[in-house]
Amino acid sequence: MTNGLSPRQRRGLAYSIPVLAVVAALIFGAVMLVLLGANPIEAYVEMFKGAFGSADALIATILKATPLLFVGVGIVIAFRAGVINIGAEGQMVLGGLFATMAALYLPEMPSIIMIPVVLIAGIAGGALWGWIPGALKAYYRVNEILSTIMLNIVAVQLMSYLLRGPLIDPAEIERGTRIPQTERLAPSADLPLIFGSDRLHIGPVLAILSAIAAYYLLWRTPLGYRLRAVGLSEDAAKYAGIPVRRTIALALTLSGALAGLAGAVLVFGSESHRMVTDGSTLGFTGGAGFNGIVAALLGGLHPLWTIPASFLFGGLIVGGQALQRAVQVPSALIIALNGLVVIFVVAADRYRAKLLAVDEWDEQTVEGDDAPGEGDLAALGSVQDHGPDGSGGVDPEEPA
Amino acid sequence: MSEIFTTAVLVAVVASAIRLAVPLLLAALGETFGQRSGVLNLGVDGIMLLGAFAGYYAVLKTGDVWLGLLSGAVVGFVLGLASAVIAVTLKAEQGISGIGVYLFGLGMSDLLFQKLVGTPIPIETFPPVRIPFLVDIPLIGDMFFRHSLVVYLAFAAIPLATFIINKTTFGMNIRAAGEYPEAADTLGVSISRVRYATEIIGGTLAGIAGAVLAISLGIFQQNLTNGAGFIAIALVYFGAWRPTGIMLGALLFGFVNALVLELKTLEIIPRDLSNLFAMAPALITILALVFVARRFQPPAALTKPFTRGK
Repeated sequence: MTNGLSPRQRRGLAYSIPVLAVVAALIFGAVMLVLLGANPIEAYVEMFKGAFGSADALIATILKATPLLFVGVGIVIAFRAGVINIGAEGQMVLGGLFATMAALYLPEMPSIIMIPVVLIAGIAGGALWGWIPGALKAYYRVNEILSTIMLNIVAVQLMSYLLRGPLIDPAEIERGTRIPQTERLAPSADLPLIFGSDRLHIGPVLAILSAIAAYYLLWRTPLGYRLRAVGLSEDAAKYAGIPVRRTIALALTLSGALAGLAGAVLVFGSESHRMVTDGSTLGFTGGAGFNGIVAALLGGLHPLWTIPASFLFGGLIVGGQALQRAVQVPSALIIALNGLVVIFVVAADRYRAKLLAVDEWDEQTVEGDDAPGEGDLAALGSVQDHGPDGSGGVDPEEPA
Repeated sequence: MSEIFTTAVLVAVVASAIRLAVPLLLAALGETFGQRSGVLNLGVDGIMLLGAFAGYYAVLKTGDVWLGLLSGAVVGFVLGLASAVIAVTLKAEQGISGIGVYLFGLGMSDLLFQKLVGTPIPIETFPPVRIPFLVDIPLIGDMFFRHSLVVYLAFAAIPLATFIINKTTFGMNIRAAGEYPEAADTLGVSISRVRYATEIIGGTLAGIAGAVLAISLGIFQQNLTNGAGFIAIALVYFGAWRPTGIMLGALLFGFVNALVLELKTLEIIPRDLSNLFAMAPALITILALVFVARRFQPPAALTKPFTRGK
């Protein structure tokens, strides 16, 4: 099906496939909207306006995209090393808890010290929650998908316990309302606002910087080379003298650290400046731990492309909330649609990889119909080295 | 403290452990078929939730618990088929696509509940079946022989699953597809047909598991399963991909859950600490995974889509 296309056309098609997947999910959503008695066109117009239609909407979208980007970049790092991190939800929670405790228990300090301290505490919490499944996978061969899911469950209970007990706002006990939330955290830890906005803080800037840093790490440093080598072939990496186990543990630790930072930014960038739970992870993270995976896939598992992908996906979520208000459908619909986006994007991913793989294979005139990128993410990683920005690796357009 | 050790409490805990184990057991047995054939279905929890709603709704409308069970099975069948399309035909990354199915089930079951039911109304539950004579044995009778029919059927499914996987041609094809799909393909086994079949079995059992959960509790609510589907997947690893091991795992989980519930009721666990005790199943799972991973290997082709000629 791809033989009649030039490499350029194939690549163009390849990069539009994730977008088509989102569109497919939205069409499915339109059917559900009709069944719920809402006008899907009106609903989607509201959705678009709610996400991108005004300065306020754009700020909301950027803020929603921020945790997606942090998590997505972490997912990219893990994937490049051949590890799937389903645990970003729990890592975000731990990051939020560590950062919150730092703000509660440390003495008052000027913002210039306080802010880095709480963010580093968040990074530490997430890193710990990533290191555990990383070490379990590296040294005990424990499947990281399962261990991270279990650690998500543990994190939720830990959050509920701490926010209902030791960390609860004393005012909640006095009033007897006992809402599981902390007091308003130290104002010196509030993230600075930028562009004269009353909501837009430095979080999005940090997220973009982390994406650039991850790009630099993966393609410009020896450590990044080791991470990618392990992802491509553990055996070959071992042969080359790379400490495979340590690298795997490190990949999940880094991935967790970024999710932890996302959690800290959620707490100190929130308008209430507290940590609140409704007893589920989704209540704290807004599902960013899962949706970050989708953002990473939409971005072709490339840190820099994850930036626009997160923005688009953030818009989808903010727009979804606007849609829900405008046409009066339950928020559960948005969770269901979210699931469909995940399914469609992941299902379409193979085809994109295939299109790119054919491309590269033609150039290298290697025999055989076993295209890379079709069997595993590691091979997909190799294909993705030739990002559309021409960065990293050898440009397949150029004869070697 | 002494009241934990009374026989009445012990009998209650064992009986409720067995009841609580059943949904996990059914879902995990279904997942075993999929994993033995090389497919990891992470969407079990989502399928269970939709199966639970279907079961609840059917019983609410008809009052017939068996129709409820059937509704759960039908929903599970359809979602199993959909999971097969995603994992086998579209070759999606199984570690992620299942999360999509989970979120879909989580949102959709809640949406349907809000639109079609609204406020929680209790429904009929399964009638207990007293096994003649055995039920009269002191203690033992109360623990094991006055459960509902689904409990007995679920435990009867264990030897059946072992037999299918180990002794039938279909089972041999499942194992071949999971361990060495290239060889099986060369011998004329259709890998995708086998994996479609196992995913449909898995989906159907997950749907039934959800319906059993809802009908046993006599209620539906948002996120009714509370992660039971994920525990069921972990149980497959826990039980080293063998039905008997899975049964032991499910019973252990049922027991831990029942014990925590009982200790909470007796107020031995203070309310403040109940969240910490709720971590127990997940922590036990992680520990169990460490021990199992040292001794047993997962099916070689697990999570690897099959393409002929690779």
